[in-house]
Amino acid sequence: MRQFMKYFSASFLFISMVITSSIAIAADYKVGFIYIGPPGDHGWNYQHDVGRKAVDEAFGDKVETVFQENVPESADAERVMTQMALSGADMIFATSFGYMEPVLNVAKKFPKVKFEHATGYMTADNVSTYSARFYEGRTVAGHIAGKMTKSNTIGYVASYPIPEVVRGINSAYLAAKKANPNVEFKVIWIFTWYDPAKEADAAKTLISQGADVILQHVDSSAIMTVAEEAGVYAFGQASDMSAFGPNAHLTAIINGWAPYYVKKVKQGMDGTWKGAEQTFDGIGAGMVIIGPLSDKIPDSVKKEAMEIRDGIASGTLHSFTGPINKQDGSPWLKAGETADMGTLLGMNFYVEGIEGDIPQ
Amino acid sequence: MDLSEINFAVLVASLIVASTPLVLAALGELIVEKSGVLNLGVEGMMIIGAVTGFIVGVETGSAYIGMMAAAMAGALLSLLFAFIILIMQANQVASGLALTIFGLGIAALMGHPYTGIKSPQISTISIPFISEIPVLGTMFFQHDLIVYLSLISVLVIWYFLNRMRAGLILRSVGEDHDVAHSLGYRVVTIRFLAITFGGAMAGVGGGYLSLVRVPQWTEGMTAGAGWIALALVVFSGWRPFRLLIGAYIFGGITILQLNLQAIGVNINIALLSMAPYLATILALVVISMSRFRGNRGAPGCLGRSFVKIT
Repeated sequence: MRQFMKYFSASFLFISMVITSSIAIAADYKVGFIYIGPPGDHGWNYQHDVGRKAVDEAFGDKVETVFQENVPESADAERVMTQMALSGADMIFATSFGYMEPVLNVAKKFPKVKFEHATGYMTADNVSTYSARFYEGRTVAGHIAGKMTKSNTIGYVASYPIPEVVRGINSAYLAAKKANPNVEFKVIWIFTWYDPAKEADAAKTLISQGADVILQHVDSSAIMTVAEEAGVYAFGQASDMSAFGPNAHLTAIINGWAPYYVKKVKQGMDGTWKGAEQTFDGIGAGMVIIGPLSDKIPDSVKKEAMEIRDGIASGTLHSFTGPINKQDGSPWLKAGETADMGTLLGMNFYVEGIEGDIPQ
Repeated sequence: MDLSEINFAVLVASLIVASTPLVLAALGELIVEKSGVLNLGVEGMMIIGAVTGFIVGVETGSAYIGMMAAAMAGALLSLLFAFIILIMQANQVASGLALTIFGLGIAALMGHPYTGIKSPQISTISIPFISEIPVLGTMFFQHDLIVYLSLISVLVIWYFLNRMRAGLILRSVGEDHDVAHSLGYRVVTIRFLAITFGGAMAGVGGGYLSLVRVPQWTEGMTAGAGWIALALVVFSGWRPFRLLIGAYIFGGITILQLNLQAIGVNINIALLSMAPYLATILALVVISMSRFRGNRGAPGCLGRSFVKIT
């Protein structure tokens, strides 16, 4: 009996550990989503989930959506997507850069399932990619930051040194520099998308070194909380984060995935969906949205910010318009020239004026 | 690169905040291990403390009540562990690991409705007069209550282990439970108490994370702090003061590398991120090699199940 109890108690613990969610799907068209973090992050994943809910709403009973949160960018992602495909998903949205290899692997095994991979650059017959021109939003944010800083020091909490993040830093810097020639950028790389403790530490460090406006390219709202406590400004990332810092929150660069998701699911249902397509939309298409501007921003700056936003949306303005030199002083864009798609997608250099190196 | 841009007083103050969860959790585990039990579930108890502390803090509006709830939650979870290894005599390593995985899962479940909410503030207590000393005041005397408590508990635990009869009994149970048993000490009861204390301390450490350091609840927010606490106990040679130094070195390098990055120091960042772990191990290895050679302080019965001979 004692022996039995011993094994029983041990296995009880293990069974309670291994509660996995089974995915059962019943509607005509089934769409799966995998998220890198929890949809409750009020950032990146939250917006993808908003997009998923928009799909639910647009198609009602005809489409059923499922999602799996906290899927690591590893073999786990492959396992989760395989499971989704096996349980009858017709389309799968993989919503993080690091799912690229897993998506391609699973797509090979399930040629009939349609895959949509966010922010990646590799496609296949049944894999399309989509990304937003977040850097357009950062031009607006950079301008506001340049106007709002009093210490002329702007802090930037960056995640991984990938082109998307580097692009954002450059774009924000160029706009800030234009708005305020004395501005200086301090960048901290924390090598994670989502670690609130690390993000908070990085923001505190930047503030202690004199930054009074913080930009972020990481997913949680921890930085907003820290900024509010310290009495400095910050920008919401991916979602409106004003709830975390009513005084600190200047505006937010919001990701608008909903129209794209609804469009793609519709294409999937009526058979017009195509693989190997690469979508790269910005403010104009509504994939990047500038949130409400804080009352702390003077009216003149608000007006300028809106002009920049509208200029980018209509195409009269481009975030990277020459003359721009690279960090080492070598020329990149001639006067009036705008950056081409290839350089933007593979951007691995700072523009002139930013100090420090991009970690390799 | 301009070193003068780094504010060292603020740096020290923030390293103390960053290290406090480690100090608390590691002190608890030190007592547990001194009683001869190896509880690898620190991470699990911390995260349960973090989520419970946050939930209760938000619901009651008081971070202090949240902290107390965090301690209770950690203790409660550790009771499960105590039951399994002391009464059922299951393997301590396996049960501890299970406790971590269990804790992480339960915490994610409990915290789900609470992601993205602000926690109540905990105010800092500036100690009169000495907090106004320039530099030193900012570094050490403008913290919140929990930081002071963590420092006091280092002292108290040192005193308890080395100067009190109860501490001696605890250590004897950890050194040789059969002998302690034959002398009439209640091995199981003492270990129960030690494990519960360890759970409560880990819980407070977790609560500090979600209520003060971040302050927010996010899934998996302990991010390995429990494992670092475990390592600190071993590398400190089961000595409270060295443990404190180790924790501060770890926190210090973590904060320092962020500061160096911000002033644009040209060092490999992967190396910088590795630095806290390397430096902590190195420092503690050096300390333990130099003077007390041979006496590592590991309890003799660490990790062994106690079977009563009747």
